Amino acid sequence: MSLKQYKEVVFKPLFDENPITLQILGICSALAVTNNLSVTLVMCVALTSVVCFSNLFISLIRNYIPGSIRIIVQMTIIASLVIVVDELLKAFDYETSKKLSVFVGLIITNCIVMGRAEAFAMKEKPLLSFFDGLGNGIGYSIILIGVAVIRELFGSGTLMGYEILPLVSNGGWYLPNNLLLLPPSSFIIIGLFIWAIRAWKPAQVEVDDFVLSKHSTSPDLTKRELNV
Amino acid sequence: MNESVLKTLTVAFVVCLVCSLVVSSTAVSLRDMQNKNKLNDERMKILQSANMYDPSVSIESQFNQLEIKFVDFNSGKMLDSYKDFDIQNYDQIAATRDSNLSTKIPSSEDIAIIKNRENVGKFYISRNDDLSIDKIILPIRGYGLWGTLFGYISIENDFNTVAGLEFYSHKETPGLGAEVDNPKWKSIWPGKRIYKNEVVELTVLKGPVPSDASDIDYKVDGLSGATLTSRGVTNMISYWFGESGYSKLLAELNYES
Repeated sequence: MSLKQYKEVVFKPLFDENPITLQILGICSALAVTNNLSVTLVMCVALTSVVCFSNLFISLIRNYIPGSIRIIVQMTIIASLVIVVDELLKAFDYETSKKLSVFVGLIITNCIVMGRAEAFAMKEKPLLSFFDGLGNGIGYSIILIGVAVIRELFGSGTLMGYEILPLVSNGGWYLPNNLLLLPPSSFIIIGLFIWAIRAWKPAQVEVDDFVLSKHSTSPDLTKRELNV
Repeated sequence: MNESVLKTLTVAFVVCLVCSLVVSSTAVSLRDMQNKNKLNDERMKILQSANMYDPSVSIESQFNQLEIKFVDFNSGKMLDSYKDFDIQNYDQIAATRDSNLSTKIPSSEDIAIIKNRENVGKFYISRNDDLSIDKIILPIRGYGLWGTLFGYISIENDFNTVAGLEFYSHKETPGLGAEVDNPKWKSIWPGKRIYKNEVVELTVLKGPVPSDASDIDYKVDGLSGATLTSRGVTNMISYWFGESGYSKLLAELNYES
């Protein structure tokens, strides 16, 4: 197991194979929890720790999991980890856990966790799987933090709750864009991120499923064919 | 063989056993801390509803300065003891599930959709240095759009002016009905009046209060996009300050002071 391999599993998911922008996974939480940066950070830590440890534990027992119940076994492990994370949040960061409410529980259904378990941890060694989870968790976090910074800064003029752009309603000059506080705005921001990353790394641009044919001009019909 | 029935069952059993042990041991070991957080959160809301919360002082010491009393809804009397309940731990929401401790509200009177009202509730008194009442804090609840909103409303010592409002639990739509938590909206409440000629008059309008409206002391801006939640808050106010709510208690306190 070379160092190069570890580097690759950690750094590749950051931009080259980012779970959100390339694989378009985990979008629902990216929409739901990104209107406030401090909540987003807690969500990122929660998801990253779940995906790391689910990869580690699934990989540890991968040779004992019967193929017929492998998804159920993965789900059981993931769900247990999510409950543990949820309980820890309630004990140590009650305010944020109230704001995140169901979205911590919904990490169970986050496709990134299931996807890495099925695609990576079921085949690879435990430690490597752990770092693969770390890489994917950080890749998810980068996009979420980017979206949250834009949404909170321009949606409410604050970052981490501190006022950056003084709002008109508080006697400042900035009129906030309320669209950014609504979930659909993250669709637009993530779309722009995907565009930016693919412009930077054209290898990610997908091949079209079909090619549009050229606009057909009117055929060169002779007068005889047109019966005139 | 990984695929044999016995192996499959064994793996499933062992995974479940280990996972359930991990989950239950975390839940049990963290329960004390979680309960403490929950209690502190509720106490903070009580203090906030009276605009008395000071983040630099511990919640417990601030909360201990409040006086807690039972209130008998049927007579409006303040009680020092009720059966053998400890006032700190008396849970009036739990009491609504016990038919000996609560009364079913006839549906014609149940405007806030509370269903069962406890016979005896509890409320909080904040006193001035000379022991006269400064504010009282009353628990209220009522149905919004998706579920019951639970909160506290504090009243100045004229027993008619609102000092603050705070919800600690609700299921309203984020961004719309959940704006009941918005500090800007909550800041409209202090100074509003409840009774006009002994009738509950305070209402949450649909949309903002027009600038030329009369009786603006009795009107609160509606939450935009959340008409049903706003109506729920109005109903809640008219129920809890009505005959079967706190009106007798307030009259009693007003008479005494």
